[in-house]
Amino acid sequence: MSHEEKPMEADPNQSVKAHNESGADSLNMQRVVSRRWMLFKAAAAFNGLVGLALAIPIVRYLLAPWRKDASYKSWVSLGPAESFPTGETRLAVFKNPSKRSWDGATDNVACYVRRTGTDQFSVFAINCAHLGCPVRWFPQSQLFMCPCHGGVYYADGSRASGPPERGLFTYDWQVVSGELHIDAGQMPTLSNTAKLVKISHGEGETSCG
Amino acid sequence: MRVNGTMSRVYKWFESRLQLEAPVKEAALHPVPRNTASWWYVFGSAAFTLLFLQIVTGILLALVYVPSAGEAWSSLNVLNHQIPLGWFLRGLHGWGSNFMVAIVLIHMAQVFLFGAYKFPRELTWTLGVFLLLMTLGMAFTGQVLRFDQDAYWGLGIGASIMSRVPFVGGGLVHLLLGGPVIAGATLSRFFALHVFIIPGALLLFALLHVWMVLKLGINEWPMPGRLVRRATYIDEYNKLAHEDGIPFVPGAFWKDLAFSGAVVAAVGVCTFVFGPFGPGGQPDPSIIQTVPKPDFFFLWIYTVLSYLPPQMETPFLLIAPLVAIATLLAVPFWAGEGEKSWHRRPVAVLAVSTIAICWGVLTHLGATTPWSPHMNAWSSDPIPVHYLQHATPLVRQGAVVFQVKQCRNCHSIGGNGGERGPALDDVATRMTIDQLRYKVVTGGGNMPAYGKNLSPAEIEALVSFLETLHPANEPPAYDASRRAVDESQSQPRPQSARPPAPPVARQTANRSANR
Repeated sequence: MSHEEKPMEADPNQSVKAHNESGADSLNMQRVVSRRWMLFKAAAAFNGLVGLALAIPIVRYLLAPWRKDASYKSWVSLGPAESFPTGETRLAVFKNPSKRSWDGATDNVACYVRRTGTDQFSVFAINCAHLGCPVRWFPQSQLFMCPCHGGVYYADGSRASGPPERGLFTYDWQVVSGELHIDAGQMPTLSNTAKLVKISHGEGETSCG
Repeated sequence: MRVNGTMSRVYKWFESRLQLEAPVKEAALHPVPRNTASWWYVFGSAAFTLLFLQIVTGILLALVYVPSAGEAWSSLNVLNHQIPLGWFLRGLHGWGSNFMVAIVLIHMAQVFLFGAYKFPRELTWTLGVFLLLMTLGMAFTGQVLRFDQDAYWGLGIGASIMSRVPFVGGGLVHLLLGGPVIAGATLSRFFALHVFIIPGALLLFALLHVWMVLKLGINEWPMPGRLVRRATYIDEYNKLAHEDGIPFVPGAFWKDLAFSGAVVAAVGVCTFVFGPFGPGGQPDPSIIQTVPKPDFFFLWIYTVLSYLPPQMETPFLLIAPLVAIATLLAVPFWAGEGEKSWHRRPVAVLAVSTIAICWGVLTHLGATTPWSPHMNAWSSDPIPVHYLQHATPLVRQGAVVFQVKQCRNCHSIGGNGGERGPALDDVATRMTIDQLRYKVVTGGGNMPAYGKNLSPAEIEALVSFLETLHPANEPPAYDASRRAVDESQSQPRPQSARPPAPPVARQTANRSANR
């Protein structure tokens, strides 16, 4: 290994020496070398400064998506409240509020709306609280089932069984002039929605505020 | 003669400017120990060949692929169905990726078992660990570029895992997705990762890796008892390479060439026979009739996440990968000297075989997913007819309840249905009727409580049906004290004065009388 490294390291030193020794005594050579090295170091430091100055906006650009949850969310309409019959759970689809023209079908977001009374709703995220797979509603057994790892939730969104540690994520909702609106815009995960609710193992009562 | 003369002049013209002959000759003809010309030493060069196959096929696919969330899926279908042999290029790239992950893993296991990571090749191993991670990163980002339902929900799983990081999880999810949800920005950044960032680093690291193999020499065949010592190894190796050595080309290289050719041929044959991978369903998150699944090499993680106790998941997801990577990186520094031969390294052999067996079992389970409910079993798998022959109306009603309340999605009967819960073909021999009723109402373990979702009549019918599920020659389980009470109550009294038995006991009595 070591015998391989020698020629590679030796070459540049030799050429520098040969160049400098050509017409000067050793004192002069030292001075010349040190001045050149000083200039080299100054140029390198200048490059470092320029690099640092550029790095700050570049890092800021890279971190652009790292924003507060609230800045991504806004109130979205799910349509007239009458379209959700009392006592039933229906799939609703809305457009992601921060959609872009090249999002294609991924600007669709699905959620489940459960109407429990004239002015009482629960709006559940489609994403399983375990790893985000889409849960499916079975009206016959009044259960949500997840196809990935078998998480099951009751009709009120509370955890019934399986790996999830909590009930389904919920959206805040309000009825504005007859339309059901939800506060949406972000994929619900344990980092942004779980903080709002008490984690429980769901004994039939909802764990979702 | 004149042609030869012209050729040699042209060659000299280029060579006097490029000056590549000496270094290439040195690399090709450097002596390697004779016993490294082995079929065991061909996996690294095959992985390198596959890397170039992936680069070439990837660039060819990029001529057509549109890295836009709105168009990617359609462009893949155009590749599959409209561009002549577009399907073949997609297949080569997909199969090439599977082969590359496999060969890289085999290469790593071989290097580990042959002790090739020991002094002075520690850094070669370290780079190799990063090459493995980047290969897996390419496999995952590649699955995302195949922008279908699996890709979409796979990203959701990735985001859910990321969200479990304490304090900064939310921000990391935003960085991963390029925004608050999986959308156009997500695909764009995965395209940049898959096409520029990871392959750039991968190529650079791979070239350095090969450079070090050429400079440090190919690991000699490990002999039991020949120990590696820092002070003497390099001299010993050089002596071995020069005294019992052959030039790398052609002595050892012909096997590399032959195996690389065979592997690329295998990629071609797999593509020709099995075709390309996907794309699956359209990446529209409002289509929820989907059962997302990761690609082959990540199935084991899918399994682990199903079987870990919930409270273990987050620590496992966040800590285990770091521990694994740190262990791999530490191997050459912890055991950089000493015995190379697997004959004298039982722990190494055990470790590799344990990991291989675990990986195989977890992957097999991930392919069959016994923990996932069969979402359509309740409406697609009928109850075998002989289970309902001579059944009472109540039992038949119970069978209907069993189907329509999705019990079937988790419990199989007659070999069909989900495997999340136990098969129920002989459930009556394991549980008494009271236990069945209690289980249905309260759930427990992995079963939801059906108490709120079934009417008392439905529960009664369901339990009556379950009570009939036992082999003909094996009676159903019964509660001994209950039976004693029933018998003592029924025997001394006349039939007319008998108090009304609980409905279920009556059912059982009727049915045993029928049999």
